[in-house]
Amino acid sequence: MDSTRVSHSLGDPKIRQVGFFVPESSTTDSHKILSPSHLSVPEMQNSSVHGQVTSRSYDYSENRNLETDIEKKGEEEKEAIKSRSKPLKEKTTKAERRALQEAQRAAKAEGSKAVAGTGRAAMGKSTKQSSQKKTGPSSPVAADKNPGDRPLDKDRKKDAPHPRKQVDDETRMEKARRRAVGNPTESRTRVELFQHLPQYEHRTKLSNLESKFFHLGLVHPSVFEAGLRYSTGEISGGNARCIAMLRALQDAIRDYCTDHEKALVRDLTAKINSYVSFFAECRPLSMSMGNAIRFVKSRIVKLSLNYSEFEAKTTLCSDIDRFINEKIILADKVIVRHAFTKIKDGDVLLTYGLSCVVEMILLYAHELGKKFRVVVVDSQPRLEGQALLRRLVAKGLRCTYTHINAVSYIMHEVTRVLLGASAVLSNGTVYSRVGTSCVAMVAHELRVPVLICCEAYKFHERVLLDSICSNELGDPDAIARVPGRMDVNYLDNWASEDNLRLLNLMYDATPSDYVSVIVTDYGMLPPTSVPVIVREYREHLLM
Amino acid sequence: MPDVQALVNEFVNLLKKRKIEGSQATAKQTAELLRSVISHQRVSHTNQATSLINAIRTVGEKIIDANPIELSVGNIVRRVLHIIREEDLSLVTDALAGFGSDDEDDVERDDHPALSAAAVAAAARSTLRPPSLQTLLEDVTDSAAVPATPSSTGDSDGKSRSVEKGTRGRKLKHDVIEAVNELIQDITSCHEQIAEQAVEHIHQNEVILTLGSSKTVFEFLCAAKEKKRSFKVFVAEGAPRYRGHLLAKELAARGLQTTVIADSASFAMISRVNMVIVGAHAVMANGGVIAPIGLHMVALAARRHAVPFVVLAGSHKLCPLYPHNPHVLLNELRSPSELVDFGEFSDLMDSATGVGSLHVVNPAFDYVPPDLVSLFITGTGGHNPSYMYRLIADYYSAADLVVKQRPTTGN
Repeated sequence: MDSTRVSHSLGDPKIRQVGFFVPESSTTDSHKILSPSHLSVPEMQNSSVHGQVTSRSYDYSENRNLETDIEKKGEEEKEAIKSRSKPLKEKTTKAERRALQEAQRAAKAEGSKAVAGTGRAAMGKSTKQSSQKKTGPSSPVAADKNPGDRPLDKDRKKDAPHPRKQVDDETRMEKARRRAVGNPTESRTRVELFQHLPQYEHRTKLSNLESKFFHLGLVHPSVFEAGLRYSTGEISGGNARCIAMLRALQDAIRDYCTDHEKALVRDLTAKINSYVSFFAECRPLSMSMGNAIRFVKSRIVKLSLNYSEFEAKTTLCSDIDRFINEKIILADKVIVRHAFTKIKDGDVLLTYGLSCVVEMILLYAHELGKKFRVVVVDSQPRLEGQALLRRLVAKGLRCTYTHINAVSYIMHEVTRVLLGASAVLSNGTVYSRVGTSCVAMVAHELRVPVLICCEAYKFHERVLLDSICSNELGDPDAIARVPGRMDVNYLDNWASEDNLRLLNLMYDATPSDYVSVIVTDYGMLPPTSVPVIVREYREHLLM
Repeated sequence: MPDVQALVNEFVNLLKKRKIEGSQATAKQTAELLRSVISHQRVSHTNQATSLINAIRTVGEKIIDANPIELSVGNIVRRVLHIIREEDLSLVTDALAGFGSDDEDDVERDDHPALSAAAVAAAARSTLRPPSLQTLLEDVTDSAAVPATPSSTGDSDGKSRSVEKGTRGRKLKHDVIEAVNELIQDITSCHEQIAEQAVEHIHQNEVILTLGSSKTVFEFLCAAKEKKRSFKVFVAEGAPRYRGHLLAKELAARGLQTTVIADSASFAMISRVNMVIVGAHAVMANGGVIAPIGLHMVALAARRHAVPFVVLAGSHKLCPLYPHNPHVLLNELRSPSELVDFGEFSDLMDSATGVGSLHVVNPAFDYVPPDLVSLFITGTGGHNPSYMYRLIADYYSAADLVVKQRPTTGN
């Protein structure tokens, strides 16, 4: 562990690892996390896919799909080459070089996005890419990348680990437009401010995914199942999603067997990458999932070369088991113990939405005989609080239920606010279910302490200032419908209105000054200590 | 009289059952009811003003009690009382001025010059004149003079009793009805008056956030749109009534770029918003706002991001009372069925079953303290929250703040 860290920092002292990075991996490696099939798809797989595709050329639709993809690819390549070759002739200024790098990066990202976007079906065409990669060091791409290597790397580092795809690059927009031809309703319903985020596309996505599964059996069945359950919303909540993903990966690892001429480390990493991008396609990854993926990959990379395949697989599986147990299940128990010390008799505890840790805390405190009352605040469109409410009441807790608009009414009687989080970022910002910031703000205004309960594996090095730059868009239709309220039907045919948009944000960022304390498995900290935890415990977190 | 009684009872019933929605409708109906009360009131020859005031008070007390949360009822009652007082005062001044020149030594009263000056000033003032330093000065004398009027009119009546009594009685009633008509007119047209100012406040490419639905806000935004301003509107849906959906649909139909967001996303979105424009349920004398539920949250978010929080309020929403614990006292809890499905949770609502108990809170209003409001826009222009008490004093007499009869008679 330590040695790898050292080697990494030696190689690249200025750059801190961010996001999904595999510590030892090169920059291209880092890139493939989002775009697994780009540059890094092993030939074996490619050729097999290719063969498969050609043998299936009778499959008309798919074939056409592929062709357009290849065409697209060709165009991009040409463009990229053009933009590359021009500056090579002239003596380039710094700005030009910079622009060139941008263009390259964009082109690459575009290529990878195209692959990711069209999914597994498009994998077959990347033989070209991988060949490009093979010849990488000697090719002009790499050659003229060298002078400005540092800034490029930096930029890469910055944008690669984003768990949410940013789609506002020009080339990406181009691609989005192309895709929009496929389903024209999409562009009409998107909110301008959020065009940089992947748009929610439910029905089309499901059918796409299904067809993909049956056409190319590249995705492991468990992975596929978990992915579908993400996209239908059956699995939600940071921990549940993370565990489901890890279990699926575990299954995939168990069933994995290395091809003869391949190294397990590389091949498996590539596999995992492709699975991860499948997950991301089903629903954008959460930051905690990003951390978990980073963990799995770092374990793969650190596998001893002497291990047989079987040994390696068992080690990995047990590592994943350990992660789930230590980082999630045990961590929750520790958090419950910590938070319990903050609950007194006679307290009125407010919670928002549904957080499994908060639920555990409340139930634990109730079991230990604390006398307190719970206020469950809920909001449209998810109404997750109702599920929590039902369970709490069934366990015999005294509950008050209200909606988020009434939070300043109810806050007068509240003594503590307990909130869950999807991620805690290193500037102390709490990234959580949309509405959390409203609750924290009102609590702050009325001088009620806000306790954020969050496992340390959800801590992330990123920083966020607002909820716009990085977020997830939910189903806009959910806004138009109000369950159980037949009288609210004003927006039934909203899609036909030209000027009307519906925006269903999933998360928001709570500024750190609204947070009194963050309860984690390492203890209770002020939000200012988050970067310290992220820094000091990184090895520990990824162990 | 019996038909008036029936009208009053019907109105009281409607108020009690919360059948009248929106402060504008309530205000208008109250004014119409009071107008018919005045027109049916038999005026005695001696003390018409007092008898009218008493009649209005009796009715006013009833209808205020029917729904104490609907502050616009009380506002209108007080304004009608104020109208009666002013009209009476102006008649007295007219009368005094009429024979003041020859009878000056006859009527030897020290306060005459002061009284008549105040009265003339008051009469000259239309209810909706923009505030100025002059009105500020006038009102000092006015408020001092007004409590004295009933007794002073009685006095002057007693002294100059033979003069034009019959005509005065009919004239007072006529004038009051006229003025109440004006008031009704005013209430109906308040949206236009506010909307006229829209262009001054909305610039090109602005992003505006609003919550729930308000007719005033709708008209305001449409007026700006008609003046060729292009801007975007975010509409928070305003749970649990979801009137924001309706507003969004109407705005979109008018060609405005409208985006519906969940209420919970208001904090997330406010950082990209230039201005929050909302309607109010009532504006209190301290500049605090009784607003649809959820606005306190939005106002706090707006302050956090230094986004102007603008409240649109017609003059009938200006309430001369100061709020005390408005979260509880000026609030109303609505049916839980708006929040939870009756079938799903009804068994839990009963604490007798032994398992935990469930309590559903669904308040209707929020109180936004004055320091969170950047600007009030009323029919007369834009005002600071700290100025509201002054604006409000223009519309009401100090003697009417408490409508209940007992305390004021002692005054």
